[in-house]
Amino acid sequence: MNIEHRTSNVEHRSEEKKAPLLRVEDLRVHFPVRGGVLLRQTGAVKAVDGVSLYIKPGETLGLVGESGCGKSTLGKAIVRLLKPTSGSIRFEKTDISDFGQSGLRPYRKDFQMIFQDPAESLDPRMNVRSILEEPYVIHGLGSRSERQKWVNELLDRVGLPAASADRYSFEFSGGQRQRIGIARALALKPKLIICDEPVSALDVSVQSQILNLLVELQKDFGLSYLFIAHNLSVVKHISDRVAVMYLGKIVELASAEAIYRNPKHAYTKALLSAIPSADPTIQRKKILLEGDVPSPIDPPAGSAFGHRIKHPRYEETIGADLSLKEIAPNHWVANDPCCLAADDWKLLNA
Amino acid sequence: MSAFENILEVDQLITSFETERGLLRAVDQVSFTVPKGKTVGIVGESGCGKSVTAMSIVRLLPQPAGKILGGSILFKGHDLVHATEREMQKIRGGEIGVIFQEPMTALNPVHRIGKQITEVFRLHTKLSKKDAWDAGIEMLKSVRIPAPEKRMMDYPHQLSGGMRQRVVIAMALACKPSLLIADEPTTALDVTVQAQILDLMNRLQAEMEMSTILITHDLGVIAETCDEVVVMYAGRVVEKAPAKELFQQPLHAYTRGLLASIPTLETPSKSILNTIPGMVASLGDHAHGCRFCQRMGRTAPVSRERPRFAEVSSGHWVEMCPECYQPV
Repeated sequence: MNIEHRTSNVEHRSEEKKAPLLRVEDLRVHFPVRGGVLLRQTGAVKAVDGVSLYIKPGETLGLVGESGCGKSTLGKAIVRLLKPTSGSIRFEKTDISDFGQSGLRPYRKDFQMIFQDPAESLDPRMNVRSILEEPYVIHGLGSRSERQKWVNELLDRVGLPAASADRYSFEFSGGQRQRIGIARALALKPKLIICDEPVSALDVSVQSQILNLLVELQKDFGLSYLFIAHNLSVVKHISDRVAVMYLGKIVELASAEAIYRNPKHAYTKALLSAIPSADPTIQRKKILLEGDVPSPIDPPAGSAFGHRIKHPRYEETIGADLSLKEIAPNHWVANDPCCLAADDWKLLNA
Repeated sequence: MSAFENILEVDQLITSFETERGLLRAVDQVSFTVPKGKTVGIVGESGCGKSVTAMSIVRLLPQPAGKILGGSILFKGHDLVHATEREMQKIRGGEIGVIFQEPMTALNPVHRIGKQITEVFRLHTKLSKKDAWDAGIEMLKSVRIPAPEKRMMDYPHQLSGGMRQRVVIAMALACKPSLLIADEPTTALDVTVQAQILDLMNRLQAEMEMSTILITHDLGVIAETCDEVVVMYAGRVVEKAPAKELFQQPLHAYTRGLLASIPTLETPSKSILNTIPGMVASLGDHAHGCRFCQRMGRTAPVSRERPRFAEVSSGHWVEMCPECYQPV
């Protein structure tokens, strides 16, 4: 694919010295759709359809898009909670995309996940101590007393009192539960954490506490994050680079600043304009999108977003190569005539 | 109707819940008014009494635990606190429309959309079945649902979240209510769909000269849609002001704390955000004095009397706690 070649070029530049921790190439996750009497496969939900990206050590890559665009599926496939249909997931030097459960085990401790709803991702019958001890037990680490010590350290690190260890997750507020979820993710000293909407369910005052905690932890442990969220202000705040996803594909990928100051793709522009601002003096012109994300079972043949906005040049995009191109240094955008300003399109296709 | 400048006047409302720990006040002497044709926003963290206030107005408090113990709710001059259940049934869905946060739970999963929306007309108007059906299609059209005739035959699960929320809005607006209560109407939705829904609500409000109470914890949504804002903390109103003024000149420490904790596109990346330490005390542990001081661990104001709620400039009210009231 185009991007493969281009990204490897990018890495030779001086600013991109560090080898990526994670490199995903042309990843596809398709879910079979079955129908008829014999439940034969009649189609596929193309939840993730040809995604390439990389994350460097200590970096946060934000991933935004509307519900149903495949961002959570991508996150789950990267930590191999799902088996990808094709493509590669290289973690450091190893391609883990088709490893089985036992093959994955040694790598599992390097990547962890934080979920949106901490209430549902914590077992209500286990006290906090058992929840935090479990990763060590599974990986056969430490003696009983060592594990006790580690649990206390974890609680302290995420800002919970040591006495929390003997309580149950439902005794805590949403923000505190998310802290428990973060502590559990930290237990095995991972290198990469997939944060799937970690603050969407929280009040703003608590949301800022959790964001601050994530930023501190990243500094202290050199963690990398894939930060999945639909709140663009939050993603902008925490990310170094941002990928915008639409219907299983990445349509724009650039530094957080560039995405927000100078978005190129029409979808990114629409998403940004839709953020309500808490400052009534700012009156942004809203780009109102019609309808919802189209069904990934039967996606439009050409540009998916061009189809939604009924762009006059839609016909041109059927069968055309809409893959990402570098429009400015490190700023990648889908080469799609429906979604680019006329000047940008000319610039890319000169 | 034109006789009332304020469509709704809530005065000194007290709502309590009967619990194992005794009678607990979730709403503690809350007062605010909703002028005709205006949108009033209620903000605050979860558990501060926003939804209980709304549910008190339409008298849909969980039974038998929830009780209105004091104050009045004047809707067009008529006190809803003392209205009979029969009167309330006529008002709900008729003169007062309600939109809840989660559209899936507000719709009955085993009935078609058409049946649910025509039911509103059948209950509140004298329309025939056929006319009610047509009126239902008209309503779906007005909330911009494509192919409304077809959608009438769908079940709720066949629609996306945004479409379901439109159906709920259509049902709430079916009888052209003079007051709409929207409790977190866009919280579960994507920003793009949120923008569509807010735009729709604004447009319908202008067309129908309706008043709205918008409950949300998203200050951005408040800033974009509301004329006036009521900030609630721990069951009490701590600040109340015209929207512009509140955002430009918040006077209560809690309002300031909330505003400062939102990352905006302008905040530098990965900078440490302002936080409000601790959390809202649970209902049984509320202090009598200033409750925000209680959260901040300031002992003196907590033990004192409840701070006076006073108008500091035209239309701008604030709780006059010596610690929390911070004039510019």
